[in-house]
Amino acid sequence: MCLAIPGIIEELEGEWAKVRVGGVTVEANVALVPGAALGDYVLVHAGYAIQRLTQEDAEESLELLREFSEFQESLDEGK
Amino acid sequence: MSEAPSKHPDAATVIERIRALPLRPAKFMEVCGTHTVAIFRAGIRNTLLAERKIELVSGPGCPVCVTAAAEIDDVAQLALREPGRITITTYGDLLRSKGHDTSLADARAKGADVRVVLSPNENIALAQQHPEREIVFFGIGFETTQPGLAHTLLEAERRRLANFTAYVSHKLVAPVLEVLAKDPRLKLDGFVLPGHVSTIIGEEPYGFLARDHGLPGVIAGFEALDIIVALYYLLAMREKGEPHIVNAYKSVVLPEGNIRAREMIDQVFEPTDAHWRGIGAIPMSGHVLRERFAAFDTHLRFGLERVIEDESGFGECRCGEVLLGLIKPPECGLFGTRCTPEEPVGACMVSSEGACANYFRFGQRR
Ligand code: SF4
Repeated sequence: MCLAIPGIIEELEGEWAKVRVGGVTVEANVALVPGAALGDYVLVHAGYAIQRLTQEDAEESLELLREFSEFQESLDEGK
Repeated sequence: MSEAPSKHPDAATVIERIRALPLRPAKFMEVCGTHTVAIFRAGIRNTLLAERKIELVSGPGCPVCVTAAAEIDDVAQLALREPGRITITTYGDLLRSKGHDTSLADARAKGADVRVVLSPNENIALAQQHPEREIVFFGIGFETTQPGLAHTLLEAERRRLANFTAYVSHKLVAPVLEVLAKDPRLKLDGFVLPGHVSTIIGEEPYGFLARDHGLPGVIAGFEALDIIVALYYLLAMREKGEPHIVNAYKSVVLPEGNIRAREMIDQVFEPTDAHWRGIGAIPMSGHVLRERFAAFDTHLRFGLERVIEDESGFGECRCGEVLLGLIKPPECGLFGTRCTPEEPVGACMVSSEGACANYFRFGQRR
């Protein structure tokens, strides 16, 4: 649950951003990352950007995320 | 730490360096459940770790796993108290974790209105769309997750939401590390410290591990290489007899953490004693809402008692020992037989970050 996922800010309006994570776009609040701007890479956790990133870091963590969500899905299917 | 490997050394180089160190058994703990996953993914458990006699034990860094069963019971009962008026929201991971009696999924099956949210902020819209309902958010999580709820509560205050409260069941990492560092049964040689928690709290809160307990710690990322580099640092520091806290995830973790996020946490919550499932009460290891936010406190709104000690135990489930690194999941008699991800007995088998779930998933049977 503490896994934060990286993405790029594609739209920004006030505190709210549209962040592209892999192939999908998620809404994230950027109030915790003052000065966040369009085109910034950010780490997103539970709907909030919690830190800025370089592009390189962003790509590295995506692979882990993919495996992770597949696993959680497989667990949830078992219910 | 004289010559630290550059940010992206190749794995072979780092492994070579590890092999160049004297072979002495070592026991480290990866505190964070996401690291447990990363270590399995790296495929080093039965190779590099076995060869170098490095034991890596999982720790308490799985929010679902450490959420007190009595709190789950509490929230499930609240959900069933007035299903026509009360809506419980929480993170999906928590749904299937059982209290002593029941899980939130069970409560839902009995007619309670339990909804999964991906972000605490979703509660705002939910409360506005359903003024006739009480929206109760079951907020678990470590420091990574806490600033989001802090921001949500500030927003709720700004909007004067009258039908939203939070059942705060946060956990703080540093107090549990102190418990682990002091446990004479554990005999740890150091910690792989959680990357994303550190994004918020920075390096300083770990300082006492090295200072007071002589234990090194490395803040690490989640790639195979990050893990191998962290192990190298830990081993090297031990050889030199110079325990420090090393930040090996500098791209994401600033020395001071995320100041804005920490300010927000501090504005909304204050530390309080908390009960960790399977571990027990740890002083000042959780959060309670500050008085200013009393109107948003589920405990006050619905007259609930805070769960600080929960003596009931868990029968044969040995999650508590797993969370303290005292045993590995396969040592539990139920592992893989009566307890599997499909039919979990304990919380450590429910969450994708749980040690039992990951030992099972990656076929690690010893
Ligand atoms: S295998 Fe199941 S019963 Fe045993 S400790 Fe893990 S979660 Fe508990």
